[in-house]
Amino acid sequence: MTENPMREAIQTAISENPVILFMKGTPEQPACGFSARTVAVLQSLGQPFAAVDVLPDQRIRQELSALSSWPTIPQLFVEGELVGGCDIVMEMYQSGELQQTLGLDAGGGEQEPPEAAPAQAPPLSIENRL
Amino acid sequence: MSVTPEELKDRIESGIPDCSADVTGDGHHFTAVVSSPAFGGLSRIAQHRLVYDVFGSELGGRIHALSIQTKDGR
Repeated sequence: MTENPMREAIQTAISENPVILFMKGTPEQPACGFSARTVAVLQSLGQPFAAVDVLPDQRIRQELSALSSWPTIPQLFVEGELVGGCDIVMEMYQSGELQQTLGLDAGGGEQEPPEAAPAQAPPLSIENRL
Repeated sequence: MSVTPEELKDRIESGIPDCSADVTGDGHHFTAVVSSPAFGGLSRIAQHRLVYDVFGSELGGRIHALSIQTKDGR
């Protein structure tokens, strides 16, 4: 069996969404403190992001972790790259690196301000894509 | 079998070269502050992976949650 629709759907979601968070629960109703904290950081930066709830189907988490070599949830991807889980996102937020990674450039003002951010994307459901 | 911070500390310290770890936790949620020269030059992701690799599939199972902070050096 080389076909793996679940993994392909995850890969597609990661490549199609510049900022995507795999989490437990939804941004509105996180089901785990680590996911809740990660969502709160992104929201405090006004960063729109796609979100995938891994809880409805165990295979999402299995395939995601196999793909990313990262065992825990949440997992934040920016431009197709794994940035990290809750601990790393927190550390990077505090040091300003997260803002840089997201292109939000907190201090300088050299970059375009993150104005006109599109309305937050609705949580995306991997299952619905299969 | 319950998990103790001491067990996690011992396993991290024997799994990563020249490493010192401080682990606190309540049997389910743990926090580990880990220092090792092995982290030098690695990204945060790679540093955390080294710690996760010590426990493999026990994470999320027997070890419900492990919060990690890594430091280069010891």
